Amino acid sequence: MTEQMTGAQSLIRSLEHAGVDVVFGIPGGAILPAYDPLYDSAGVRHILMRHEQGAGHAAEGYAYATGRPGVCMATSGPGATNLVTPLTDAHMDSVPLVAITGQVATPLIGTDGFQEADICGITMPITKHNYLVKNAEDIPRTIAEAFHVASSGRPGPVLVDIAKDALQAATSFSWPQRLDMPGYRPVTKPHGKQVREAARMIAEARRPVLYVGGGVLRSGAAQELRVLAELTGVPVTTTLMARGVFPDSHPQNLGMPGMHGTVAAVGSLQKADLIVALGARFDDRVTGRLDSFAPGAKIVHADIDPAEISKNRHADVPIVGDCREVIADLVVAVRNDQAAGREGDYAAWWAQLDRLREVYPLGYEDADDGSLAPQKVIQRLGELVGPDATYVAGVGQHQMWAAQFIGYEKPGTFVNSGGLGTMGFSVPAALGAKVGDPERTVWAVDGDGCFQMTNQELATAAIEGIPIKVAVVNNGNLGMVRQWQTLFYDGRYSHTDLQTAPRDAKVRVPDFVRLAEAYGCVGLRCERAEDIDATIEKAMAVDDAPVVVDFSVNHDAMVWPMVGPGISNDNIQYARDMAPDWDDED
Amino acid sequence: MSQHTLSVLVEDTPGILARTSALFSRRGFNIHSLSVSTTEYEGLSRMTIVVNCDRHPLEQVTKQLNKLVNVIKIVEMDNDASVRRELLLAKVKADAGNRAAVIQTAELFRANIVDVGPDVVVIEATGKPEKLDALVRNLEPFGIKELVKSGLVALGRGPRSITDRSLRAVERSA
Repeated sequence: MTEQMTGAQSLIRSLEHAGVDVVFGIPGGAILPAYDPLYDSAGVRHILMRHEQGAGHAAEGYAYATGRPGVCMATSGPGATNLVTPLTDAHMDSVPLVAITGQVATPLIGTDGFQEADICGITMPITKHNYLVKNAEDIPRTIAEAFHVASSGRPGPVLVDIAKDALQAATSFSWPQRLDMPGYRPVTKPHGKQVREAARMIAEARRPVLYVGGGVLRSGAAQELRVLAELTGVPVTTTLMARGVFPDSHPQNLGMPGMHGTVAAVGSLQKADLIVALGARFDDRVTGRLDSFAPGAKIVHADIDPAEISKNRHADVPIVGDCREVIADLVVAVRNDQAAGREGDYAAWWAQLDRLREVYPLGYEDADDGSLAPQKVIQRLGELVGPDATYVAGVGQHQMWAAQFIGYEKPGTFVNSGGLGTMGFSVPAALGAKVGDPERTVWAVDGDGCFQMTNQELATAAIEGIPIKVAVVNNGNLGMVRQWQTLFYDGRYSHTDLQTAPRDAKVRVPDFVRLAEAYGCVGLRCERAEDIDATIEKAMAVDDAPVVVDFSVNHDAMVWPMVGPGISNDNIQYARDMAPDWDDED
Repeated sequence: MSQHTLSVLVEDTPGILARTSALFSRRGFNIHSLSVSTTEYEGLSRMTIVVNCDRHPLEQVTKQLNKLVNVIKIVEMDNDASVRRELLLAKVKADAGNRAAVIQTAELFRANIVDVGPDVVVIEATGKPEKLDALVRNLEPFGIKELVKSGLVALGRGPRSITDRSLRAVERSA
């Protein structure tokens, strides 16, 4: 059945058909025709953001919370280019996202028209796919394809750029019943022979480890993973992107691998004779120096994206498929092996790893000047707020501490910018996560540097009634950069002091408590260890407004353990100038 | 490093050439030659891309290329199992004194003279890259004023067609 309407009406109708209930955006000239029917849409709520970057990250947070593509909308030119960072972020972390941008009218395209930018050309390398729509009748099919591409296979961002005259033209609407995409057929079903080979290798290995990445979260395979882990007894490491997909309280969880991973997790990969990588991509922050990564390990690599397999590290057993199907099939294959009496014995391996866990647990020291330890703030936040909340980190020291010191028990409860490392991700992403799942408590765990990049979205949160909570771990510095300056640049602190928490604390620019209040939020401050719990409880008691807590913390705290940049994982430092002893002493 | 010829079957959509070629440069490859044309099916184009690279990086770029939504199929053309041809046009100095020699050289390579001026001829030749290289070496002493090549095109030998096979796969999956 077809109906007569404008291209803009057809767009909004298409979004409704695609199941969209929220759009994060900002109007402007070229997208203006779309905003008129959006005003009347009963099905689609539009949330007016304060910067398009915020709209993009909010859509990402929404996608994390719901598992469905987040949607953001912007006008042509600067509106569209402001989406470049969140699109890249979503591309790196495989977040399903659909961005809709207005484009100048077709006669103006290519003339350097006002607010014209070739956003399809600009975003070609940072989107899974993109479209320029010049005809109104192409809108429904394009939107249908965009949502299909964004959410299937390896998820990712799709941009749909629509010319203003296509939005204004008269057209007939009909939602496509079938998509014709001959070049897009993601493989989800793994090859049975490869899966059986992987099971055989698990049974024969002496020192196996499951290297679990974000793909397990994206495919919704937490349950299957737990069955596989418990069935085999193999140790588990969860990457930054997979925190929460396997419970931290589980005895088989060694924690996070990588540059700031636990000694046990990093050691397990280095000493393994078999690494089973599930939805992970051997990122340089995990492998350290690649040529010395896990020298004795055979690799089983399962990923939905064939291009990830053997990209950085050769896979002995490549498996292309959706992680959920791969793990489910692997469970069947392992059960068959076990029924036939083929089972691995990892007792000696566990003894080795247990010693590492015992001798080198995650930890921190309180500052000797009596100032707040940032790790303690984050740890207490996790303990008091609990594992049902969602924690959304920015990028830097606080992000690593949030990954280390909060115990995650459920998939999707830790959200952060992993691949791109986008400072400013936290506040808008937390806002989007709260919109996606309003019943859940959402804490943004942010740094003072990150917070100043996107905190204007507090206005959005206050006005739209989105009561997120923001813990600003405020060390008054670009903390991770400062840490590198301490370690690798002789303590020459070139341009890292932000003055948000000076040591004398007389003048704070800005004062985050007053800033929060100016934005219609509740502002709190905590400067002493004995006030941490009461401040968090006070913040938790507020349910009708966003809350910002300025935790003014020690400036010198550093993230440990650490594998220095370009260094082998073998040379991980447990603390400064302190390398772990790998060999079993008993 | 070795030379590889890829046949890439794509949907004929705006920007597909940019998407494909940009992917090569982004991943650090130099394209030696590239040609695009329509095929026996409306809406499908075929690119023939020649690159110099090692085996492992070629696999990587092929996998990345396969991820482009409008790319339908990629086949590496084996030199022995395919017919490879290139077209060359060369403007060569040819006055009354050496014209006969120029024409004779062209004939040795089964090339055609397609334009004649008082001091120049334009020579058209098709063949494998090796043959065209030899022609160019033999024309150089006369003085080549201008030279252009089409880029390689290639088809697999034997009865099979990559277009047919990939379209059948598409129908099966639909």
